[in-house]
Amino acid sequence: MIPGQFLGIQSRREFFRSCAGGIGTAALWRLLALEGRSAGAAGALPQIAPRAKNIIFLFMAGAPSQLDLLDPKPRMQHYHGQPVPASLLEGLNDPVIKNSATVMASPRTFQRAGQAGIEFSDFLPWTATVADELCVVRSMHTNVNEHHSAQLLMNCGVPVLGHPCMGSWVTYGLGSESQNLPGFVVLTSSSGKGIDGGSSLWSNGFLPSEYRGVTFRSTGDPVLYLSNPPGITSGSQRARLDTIRDLNELHAEQTADFEIASRIAAYELAFRMQVAAPELLDFTKESAETLALYGVDQEKTRPFGANCLLARRMVERGVRFVQLYHSTWDDHAELNQNLQLNCEMTDKPTAALVMDLKRRGLLDETLIVWGGEFGRTPMNEVRRGNVAGKEGRDHHSYAFTMWLAGGGIRGGQVVGETDDFGYHITRDPIHVHDLQATLLHCLGVDHTRLTYRHQGRDFRLTDVEGVVVDKLMA
Amino acid sequence: MFGCEAILVCVVALCLGVAPIPPAPGGAAAHWAFQAIGRPEVPPAAAVSWVRNPIDTFVLARLVREGIQPSPEADGVTLLRRLSIDLIGLPPTLEEVDAFRGEEDKEAYGRLVDRLLASPHFGEKWARWWLDLSAYADSDGYLSDFLRPNAWRYRQWVVDALNANQPFDQFTIEQLAGDLLPAATVEQRIATGFNRNTLSNREGGADLEEFRVKQIVARASNVGTAWLGLTLGCAECHDHKFDPISQREFYGLYAFFNSADEINLDAPLGDERARYAAARPAYEQKRAALLAPVAQEVASLQTEWERRMLEAADHPETADYRWARQWEILGLIWGQNFGEGQLEGTLIVRTPVPERTPEQRERLLDYFLQNGAIVNESTWSELKLDELSKQLEAWKLELPVVGRAPALSENAGGRTTRVHQRGDFRAPGEEAPPGTPAVLPPLGVEGRATRLDLARWLVRRDNPLTARVTVNRVWQELFGRGLVLTTEDFGARGTPPSHPELLDWLAAEFIDSGWDIKHLLKVIVSSATYRQSSKRRGELNALDPGNVLLARQARVRLSAEGVRDAALLVSGLLNPQVGGPSVRPPQPASVSMEGFMNEWKPSEGPDRYRRGLYTWIQRTSPYGQLVTFDLPDPGRPCTRRERSNTPLQALNLLNDPVFVEAAQALAERVQAFALEAARERGGASVEQCLDYAFRRCLARAPHAEERARLKQYLEQQVRLFEEVPEQARLLLAGQGDPTTSVEPAAWTTLASVLLNLDEFIMRE
Repeated sequence: MIPGQFLGIQSRREFFRSCAGGIGTAALWRLLALEGRSAGAAGALPQIAPRAKNIIFLFMAGAPSQLDLLDPKPRMQHYHGQPVPASLLEGLNDPVIKNSATVMASPRTFQRAGQAGIEFSDFLPWTATVADELCVVRSMHTNVNEHHSAQLLMNCGVPVLGHPCMGSWVTYGLGSESQNLPGFVVLTSSSGKGIDGGSSLWSNGFLPSEYRGVTFRSTGDPVLYLSNPPGITSGSQRARLDTIRDLNELHAEQTADFEIASRIAAYELAFRMQVAAPELLDFTKESAETLALYGVDQEKTRPFGANCLLARRMVERGVRFVQLYHSTWDDHAELNQNLQLNCEMTDKPTAALVMDLKRRGLLDETLIVWGGEFGRTPMNEVRRGNVAGKEGRDHHSYAFTMWLAGGGIRGGQVVGETDDFGYHITRDPIHVHDLQATLLHCLGVDHTRLTYRHQGRDFRLTDVEGVVVDKLMA
Repeated sequence: MFGCEAILVCVVALCLGVAPIPPAPGGAAAHWAFQAIGRPEVPPAAAVSWVRNPIDTFVLARLVREGIQPSPEADGVTLLRRLSIDLIGLPPTLEEVDAFRGEEDKEAYGRLVDRLLASPHFGEKWARWWLDLSAYADSDGYLSDFLRPNAWRYRQWVVDALNANQPFDQFTIEQLAGDLLPAATVEQRIATGFNRNTLSNREGGADLEEFRVKQIVARASNVGTAWLGLTLGCAECHDHKFDPISQREFYGLYAFFNSADEINLDAPLGDERARYAAARPAYEQKRAALLAPVAQEVASLQTEWERRMLEAADHPETADYRWARQWEILGLIWGQNFGEGQLEGTLIVRTPVPERTPEQRERLLDYFLQNGAIVNESTWSELKLDELSKQLEAWKLELPVVGRAPALSENAGGRTTRVHQRGDFRAPGEEAPPGTPAVLPPLGVEGRATRLDLARWLVRRDNPLTARVTVNRVWQELFGRGLVLTTEDFGARGTPPSHPELLDWLAAEFIDSGWDIKHLLKVIVSSATYRQSSKRRGELNALDPGNVLLARQARVRLSAEGVRDAALLVSGLLNPQVGGPSVRPPQPASVSMEGFMNEWKPSEGPDRYRRGLYTWIQRTSPYGQLVTFDLPDPGRPCTRRERSNTPLQALNLLNDPVFVEAAQALAERVQAFALEAARERGGASVEQCLDYAFRRCLARAPHAEERARLKQYLEQQVRLFEEVPEQARLLLAGQGDPTTSVEPAAWTTLASVLLNLDEFIMRE
């Protein structure tokens, strides 16, 4: 221990002693909260026995085509190139789905995998290998048909800007177990285009900004301004922080403002992050087998693979909520080619994450979610006319597929069913709010009780709806 | 899809078991905020020596009741820094500190206030205060978040209006209805840009009318947020659950905006108009010559193009989707990346040809030549219209630029507003003519009321809300907390005022002064209440933890922009230019990559050092440092900013190259100070240099203990860099010789310590 540090601890202790009674306690609470040992707001709520500690949400931004990946519709072959049966369009008034469109059967082949014989497209050979862990939900539905709003609905529970996202709600409610890393981290990768909703998707909304998702970046500093400036070594950074702390403590005595203790704590967490983050990002201690499993050794799988491996390393270190965004799956044209590329980038690392968590005994406490903001139409894209081999699919909010795995989830099953075109749900509809309610439930939180008062009203993630779906859970 | 925000918001409250408020005796209309603003009697002053103006007697009366003493006045330097930050958003310079310390007479404080209120930087600071209400940004929002390179013209209008101390009633009228004023000037029409900061969705698949409706809803709701302090948006889908606002009344307000269209107007700056006019004849000649050979064919193609689009737009059930799409695209991409009115193209097509202005004709023709090939692909290529269009575009680019500005303009045909049942615009209900809520004083207009009537009604003497809401937000800016905590909600669910008579006295004073903003500010900052020390008092922590009773001032963290501005100012880097287009200070490329297709090309030269107000706001990925320090989400109006405290803020101040550069520059100022001292008075001691740096940052001089700690750190840094001179060179961006870099490097780290102090980013 360097002498300055010792002095610092001494004087900090004195500082708290000097703030008699209530102030000291309040400050200490703030300090502990910032150091990540808080029970979170949910500490005060009636608890459900938690089935998972952490969530890794693999958000496939842009909406992957469920009909070409996880919800096969062989009967559509008979209608290929024909207009969509009018019965399907009855009562719909939708700006996107035009009745002049024709049915497009999937060119993919499907294989059954695992004990339950769940069907996977030939684009998902790796995901198929972990079929027994997956709960495939074919009956998801949402309210909105354009990306940003639908992404907001999936993340924040309402299709408008300015509300906290799921990761913010969860860390606000449960706090984080990591003392050296933020509780809510966002990782991004892409096949060429960024995410529609951008950082509004990991916004803290009206919650305090400490609950905002912290993006770890794939290029440059993994956290914004994490590295010391050139010429500042770790030792001199420590000396700089010690001086700042000592002067802040002197000023705290002058102003008697215990909020300064929060500032001091924030600087200490910043310093710990500077130490912890490089260790987190250092893959050199991972075996060659693990790196290969995630595809970190291959150019195509490296971006998403590195993010999956990072996600595992984060939950190992107590990060509560990790969200991976891969964009974009918005294939209005050239669906086949684009879907193949995105699957080649993500399929192997996704399966590796499930497998690796499982063999390390972490899958029981980590809930993995995979999916996009909505689905895609059974008709081919009608916006720009047809060019053979370049067909795409349009946005579809009435039915789409996601899957869950891990903590609290009953794997090896398919929940929900859609009609022969994958157009409407025929069994077990599950709305976005139901999914959100279920995820919170698995974490031991009653979604109706995790609220925040803002502008005179209590808000919650699931808005006014949401039903916990027992079928999904073990 | 039509579960609007409002319904979500309101029903959440209901379903979460928030008991409905029992009706106040006398009904909802008896709610305090709906009562006329009188001018309360000023209570007799108890401690005359402390009281400086009526504000203090109200505050003191309450304190006396609670048995609490007010705090003593803060010392002069603290007051100087407080005033400077509060009024112009910048800390004082060292010269200003020294000058102020030299003036010890009683009027010095008043002169200081006057000087700051007259500063051109006053408008910059208070513009940001107002822009939060407008959700100002430099891009569209949503999917592709296209650029709005002309958005700044409205921001500029706000800065200018505040600097000119335009009375708040006029300020209101011009922003809501400047275009409807008799003989409206270009500036008055630019003011309506307030309403143009709503989001634009240019994503394919969006229904044009749906997004127009969303914008109108946002504009109507914002009258509630910005002027009335009412959550009007709650009544979009159903009657307001807590306040006496019916859904029909919401659509009455909606109707004022429903007939206004988005247009951009020519708003030339400097000699732009003349330069354009000079170049125009040659362009017109070339243009006419190019078009003449194909004029007839093009005209008939365009007529056909317009006819087929209109047919598809008006008969969607039988429409050929390609023409429906063509119409939709016209609505979506018109003026894309220039922030032009989104539906302007469709409006022109709907205008009978003889009624179109020459400018409209030309713009529509240009659009057609770029996008209309679908009308007849073979004729199109025979006539080589693509090539022709490219040539026209090239010539247009050579024309001198004429500045344009976003504004509102009344639709000639008007629009009938109907209640949207359940908030669904496709379920029109009863007609809702323009009107204001019945709980408030009647509009009193014969015939159909206009936006101008609405604006005038908002600032009428008998409007009980506008003045209260506005003085409350001013108070919040100066005390960190409003007299009504819920600055956005003066309704039944808002918090009641802590000092109701004071609120009313301020509101009355504001109105009676002729809605004079600078007068209001001067009255408040001259009060003993404002001038109190912000030091916490142990005995009050349990009694009044939130400082609601105002027995002291508050320590308030600087705004996101304020943190940047302060670092640039004290380091001498600040470019104090007032006004102009937005700039992009450097930041890692990865920040803007978060958005869909945003490119962040950093500004160069002095534009790198502009105030935070001028930083380009890209809605989907705003500037990193501003977000870290709680810039409000640019997607919606904000009446009250968060002031968080996070490790990311620490990393930002410690390591962001912008702040490292500021530390280097501050170190250079210290070096210059030492050199000057050596020339003029035989040198400066290390302590004198430390004091100089410290005072540049915090205005006050360090205490002995602080000085000693800084000196110890400086000496340690000198030793460290002497041991590894290469580190010193690295810190100074690789410049200079390692051996002569030691001192400047050590001072740079010292300067960085100062820029990271809690006190530096606080207003004491």
